[in-house]
Amino acid sequence: MKSAVVVFPGSNRERDMLYALELITGVKPHAVWHTERDLPDVDLVVLPGGFSYGDYLRTGAIAARGNIMPAVAKAADKGVRVLGVCNGFQILCEAGLLPGVLMRNAGLKFVCRHVKLEVANADTDFTRKYTRGQIWNCPVAHGDGNYFTDDETLARLEGEGRVGLRYAAGTNPNGSLNDIAGILNERGNVFGLMPHPENMIEPLNGATDGRALFESVLEAVA
Amino acid sequence: MKARIKVTLKNGVLDPQGKAIEGALGALGFSGVESVRQGKYIEVELAEKDRAKAAAAIDEMCKKLLANTVIENYAVELDEK
Repeated sequence: MKSAVVVFPGSNRERDMLYALELITGVKPHAVWHTERDLPDVDLVVLPGGFSYGDYLRTGAIAARGNIMPAVAKAADKGVRVLGVCNGFQILCEAGLLPGVLMRNAGLKFVCRHVKLEVANADTDFTRKYTRGQIWNCPVAHGDGNYFTDDETLARLEGEGRVGLRYAAGTNPNGSLNDIAGILNERGNVFGLMPHPENMIEPLNGATDGRALFESVLEAVA
Repeated sequence: MKARIKVTLKNGVLDPQGKAIEGALGALGFSGVESVRQGKYIEVELAEKDRAKAAAAIDEMCKKLLANTVIENYAVELDEK
């Protein structure tokens, strides 16, 4: 599987993501600087975590209008898988590739710890190597992970099985609506999530629960 | 032309920062504070002299970047500099 990681000023998890992708796919991913206007021919585009543009204006807002983003939208339109993690999720929402917005955590504090994730839909390109209802451990590290959207959109997301991952009951770290941790676009090829599966891939991380997310995409594009 | 733009959270959107400010005001002994909502204030100076054109440009800027209309409203005042 060929992949690319887009790097913005203020991204800080791109190396973790590049490392995880190479380890799991066996192919060295491309790192693409945000000023580029074209993406290499790949099966997966990843927007990594970090604090692009220092979170100025709104998290992800300025990165979402960067030079590379029309190419990301075009790739998504062609059916290329697009994954946004943490700040990458915020950027996808600001870019309109996913609905809704990530607001300040309800508790106002930056949350950096492990959470329990529940697989809400295991029939997606990003979760097919998990089972529905499976609970797994994953780190989160964010100040703005509080997913919000209007009632109508929320009902659609739920009705169409587009909530891929939830924080397990009673463990929501940020006040996110319906405990949403990760959502899909209508077509199912764009996925954004606040937790960091790329930091849960080898025994050194304490567990390897995040691997299945990347292996799901690997299987989906095979 | 100078635009003064106020970006505020829509009604019904939870504002944890406003709530924290509200709590802090209460802790300082200010009574009777019924609610606090926090927003943003942005000033943009424009070379455009034509009022209608400037207003249209600012509206486009608000929609495309300055406000996220999923959660925010914006209001614009235009003044000759």
